[in-house]
Amino acid sequence: MAALGQTPSQTVGPFFAIALPWGDGPDVVSHDTPGAFWVRGTVYDGDGVPVPDALVETWQADPAGRFDHPDDPRGAVAGFRGFGRSPADSEGRYAIRTVKPGPVPYVDGRPQAPHLVVSVLSRGLLDRVTTRIYFADEEEANAVDPVLAAVPAERRGTLLARRTAEGYHLDIHLQGPDETVFFAV
Amino acid sequence: MSNALERLALPRYPRPEDVHPPLDFPDYRSTALRHPKEPLIGVPQTLSEITGPLLGHGRVGELDHDLTRQHPEEPQGQRIIVYGKVLESGGRPVPDTLVEIWQANAGGRYRHDGDQHPSPLDPNYTGLGRCLTDREGNYKFITIQPGAYPWGNHPNAWRPAHIHFSLFGRAFTQRLVTQMYFPGDPLFPFDPIFNSVRDPKARERMISRFDLDTTVPDWALAYNWDIVLRGPDETPPDVD
Repeated sequence: MAALGQTPSQTVGPFFAIALPWGDGPDVVSHDTPGAFWVRGTVYDGDGVPVPDALVETWQADPAGRFDHPDDPRGAVAGFRGFGRSPADSEGRYAIRTVKPGPVPYVDGRPQAPHLVVSVLSRGLLDRVTTRIYFADEEEANAVDPVLAAVPAERRGTLLARRTAEGYHLDIHLQGPDETVFFAV
Repeated sequence: MSNALERLALPRYPRPEDVHPPLDFPDYRSTALRHPKEPLIGVPQTLSEITGPLLGHGRVGELDHDLTRQHPEEPQGQRIIVYGKVLESGGRPVPDTLVEIWQANAGGRYRHDGDQHPSPLDPNYTGLGRCLTDREGNYKFITIQPGAYPWGNHPNAWRPAHIHFSLFGRAFTQRLVTQMYFPGDPLFPFDPIFNSVRDPKARERMISRFDLDTTVPDWALAYNWDIVLRGPDETPPDVD
């Protein structure tokens, strides 16, 4: 059977905010979850101007490194949403409330460092771009992470969220001298 | 490390060639400062990428699929039914997956503060819809025909009428945000967003089909549109 032709991507446009934000969108976990913290940052364009019509989405494993998904060969664990969705505000800022994920195996079974996979959509992006958020304070795990190893050393910092008083901070640069590393997923 | 994890037999979702638009597309001016200039870095799909949020139950209200019944009275405009299937490229339907849509009203105006098009808002129309596909991957919305609207990309620029669609599938690799168009729109040759899809055949896959058989007499026109997401590269089922 021949494969069906796939539907092309189109930009999310400037007006997605009438539909895609959810009241609990930023809450990967609820506010009373032990250890919950905020990952915050700003989305910038190539001139360093904040992007107010961006949408940041995250997907991650639970603190044990497991997914609530039937394709997790270790067996699905029910009840961890794993998904966060934050429209940027008028200053281009996004915010995701979550907990640190546990280790997820790489294709050869080695553990990856804790990470979130991320989609960024906006007006002016004809397709989503995808990146990862790692945690700068996971130095040992990051040092042996096979995905980080595929990134030129001088650009790895664009993927490392730094500790703040209320969680972590990582800006996303769609373009420019500090351009975020995006992956061909 | 347990044996089960030494070599994970995971599905792969190969990225298609010549389907999606380039991120750098000068005819659509907003791409200029928003497309990455560094090459994308290729990495294998791991468990993080081949899983994804299975959302929807509890997020879809009773009237979310019917954009004509979300206010005390009916909106202005031509009532339409938009329906189809969400499929993977191997042909398998995607059941129980969340479909979110948004659109302009009959006059081509979005209910959004940033929309300055001098065409009236309709107090009886929001332009937001949600549904879950059924077990066979079917979705269905009742809405009104959106209007074309002007935008500032170039002199006398107008977007062809369209409905925005957001889809999750069942894996991070399958996430898709796109737009559905209507057959025969005279604005197609002039729209850089539509034409950002370079393959004419792929472009046609964004155009719905008018369906007289599903059109309801004395009530609403019907348009049929199937959405095909990236599928896993396992051998597809032999249907012959």
